[in-house]
Amino acid sequence: MSESIFLLPDVGEGLVEAEIVAWKVAVGDVVTLNQPLVDIETAKATVELPSPYAGTVTALHGAVGDVMTVGEPLVVIETDGATTSTPASAPEAGASVGAGRTPVLVGYGVAEDDAPVTRRRRRTAAPVVATPVAGAPVAVEPSSRPVRSTPPVRLYAKQHGVDLATVTGTGRDGLITRDDVARALATPTPTRAPAAPAATSPTSTTRFVGREIESWSTGPLEERIPVRGVLRSMADAMVQSAFQAPHAAVWVRVEATGTVALLEALRGRPAFAGVRLSPLTIVALAVCDAARHYPGLNSSFDAPAQEVVVRRRVNLGIAANTPRGLIVPNIKGADTLDLRAMAVALNELVEVARAGTTTPEAMLNTTLSITNVGPFAVDGAVPILPPGTGAIIAVGQLAKRPWVVGDDVVARPTVDLSMSFDHRQIDGALASAAIAHIGRFITDPAAAIIGG
Amino acid sequence: MISDELVQLLTPEGERISHPEYGSELGRDEILGFYRDMVIVRRLCNESTSLQRQGQLALWAPLQGQEAAQIGAGRALAPMDFSFPSYREHGVAWTRGVPPRDMLRIFRATTTGGWDPQQYRHSLPMVVLGDQTLHAVGYAMGIQRDGAEEAVMTFFGDGASSQGDVLESFVWAASFNAPVVFVLQNNQWAISEPTSLQTKIPLYHRAHGFGFPGVRVDGNDVLAMYEVAKRALDNARAGGGPTLIEAYTYRMGAHTTSDDPTRYRVDAEVEVWRHRDPIERVKALLAREFGVHKVTFDEVAAEAEQLALQLREDVLAMDAPDPTMMFDHVYAESHPLVEAGRREIIELGIGGGH
Repeated sequence: MSESIFLLPDVGEGLVEAEIVAWKVAVGDVVTLNQPLVDIETAKATVELPSPYAGTVTALHGAVGDVMTVGEPLVVIETDGATTSTPASAPEAGASVGAGRTPVLVGYGVAEDDAPVTRRRRRTAAPVVATPVAGAPVAVEPSSRPVRSTPPVRLYAKQHGVDLATVTGTGRDGLITRDDVARALATPTPTRAPAAPAATSPTSTTRFVGREIESWSTGPLEERIPVRGVLRSMADAMVQSAFQAPHAAVWVRVEATGTVALLEALRGRPAFAGVRLSPLTIVALAVCDAARHYPGLNSSFDAPAQEVVVRRRVNLGIAANTPRGLIVPNIKGADTLDLRAMAVALNELVEVARAGTTTPEAMLNTTLSITNVGPFAVDGAVPILPPGTGAIIAVGQLAKRPWVVGDDVVARPTVDLSMSFDHRQIDGALASAAIAHIGRFITDPAAAIIGG
Repeated sequence: MISDELVQLLTPEGERISHPEYGSELGRDEILGFYRDMVIVRRLCNESTSLQRQGQLALWAPLQGQEAAQIGAGRALAPMDFSFPSYREHGVAWTRGVPPRDMLRIFRATTTGGWDPQQYRHSLPMVVLGDQTLHAVGYAMGIQRDGAEEAVMTFFGDGASSQGDVLESFVWAASFNAPVVFVLQNNQWAISEPTSLQTKIPLYHRAHGFGFPGVRVDGNDVLAMYEVAKRALDNARAGGGPTLIEAYTYRMGAHTTSDDPTRYRVDAEVEVWRHRDPIERVKALLAREFGVHKVTFDEVAAEAEQLALQLREDVLAMDAPDPTMMFDHVYAESHPLVEAGRREIIELGIGGGH
């Protein structure tokens, strides 16, 4: 029996690190050659790493979310001597050339001297292992760290509301196994929360900054989450915008009977079969129409050039809440679309965003944006401008509210619109005129559309 | 998507269908041979992907989904014909007799070549997009002048079809009536770019504009690929000039191991093509029409497994080359600047020289 170390490989021609997305195995698992061990995400792709050895997993290095450096130990597998088909002594491809760059087939190699120092970020202490020679088999002492559990078991416990601190591990070195958690589940204790609650509770996990975070009761008192990916993009964009563009806002409540009626009428028509129509379709048309009437709305402030840029084409950004976080893809040339085309474009944008396949190109060159906060059951918001744009319109929930008609108060569908704008080039008069225009459009969209 | 214009002899369900111009008279052994080829190249490809994920290869370009296009065309080649591949034609290389370990050498970055093209009548993988079509046409014009009764086949993809080199090679092939068959594997994706963004007409229509025939084949139907390729090669040998074959197929995997297709295409599309698998339909035909038993299929699988293990062993045993190797084939003859570079490397103590 000997222990073989699987070092994190460069899976993408010159990558220096990768983030652990999900472990497919746990310590103690017997794995076969090429059995999937772990999903990792690199700057290029999310990929599955198959096991280079057959044997028993004795250590997993890094937890989900940790960023590991290429060439560092990832998995330790105890192999028996019989598995000659997977010699542990395989040289790393091209790694033995010596000092300088590691050659790769396409693109530039990784200069070993330039490689950043370990950037592994951990929530817990790292297991101490001997520094291995690249690619060479290294026998290590079994980890002396008290391993309490493994990521799949931790997830299993979390999903079922089991506090691992109350579970006695029966695995190797007191490791808590899946069976241990299952036993704890079968034995009700005061520490166990109701299993998998549907609604939120202090014991349920929630989504925050594009990831599942632990509940109020079971999570650590303080948790630090690395800022990267979509979260980093959002943070950078918001800071850039908030500190460069002086924001001001205007808002208005409008009656939306006309919008509701128009949508109702169109839904039955054959030409709209299969097209999802929503108030957002009308708002999008209204915003584009406002830009046509008030081109200053579709402008940006180019500080380095000391120029205000007016654009006579709307790339309409739609803030989308996706599983990965907030992104703002846009509909290119939205001002050229008619009602049906706008509805189709919105549906497509939302579906692509939900599927997580929005391309970077789809997020470039936004000129004017809408954020639809209605689905969150709030009446309005004061949004921050996407960088490089002059205005963003927030749409609240469309609901029946008291509305004064003549001297009577009647129930009418109304919606609140608010608009944040860059006060460097857009003044209150223009902003007010524009939002009033959008409001009139929503109140009587048929007239606005026919009137051009 | 699959239109009437498509030559298909075997449906995805493994049913034979007739075509006005093409038919297959292949028997049990030939078809079983195609099946074996396809199972083996898929298995070897999977092993190669694993080896890359384990840090043993710098890169790999998977062929999954394109087995029939490559085996059908490759098996249609006569021994003395010459083929010019891109970097994904592991299936064609297999039909030419290139040992799998030699195919992987360049992907492990232990060589700038891998095999002797003359020995296997199959040139080295071309990474520069579409370049090989020019080499193929040049070679075809050469054998035309030699009066040789041989044909040339070159392979490229839908992405490369947008390259100037490929279109120039069409012009030259047409102008000189060169004995070359262009096999365009339209796998629907040029890395992340769908074919629909690259062309307004079916790609095989392009041949007409250059003045030679183009035909679209179900690239997942090995029988149709073989028959169409064979006729095109016969036609080329007989002085009939070039043909463009558009093998309509699908890249089931990533463009290369550095690519993540889930970022730009939807699972539903992959699922549709899974039902058009090139191997399953041949298996169904063999079982139904020729009564090929499970034992035989299992034997093929076992052979593929054995070859995969052998490939792994061979790859793990490949040592890093002497760095001065890179100077060996820059020019056919010695060149003072190249030799100076070689000396410098040796003086730095990095390479031993040879």
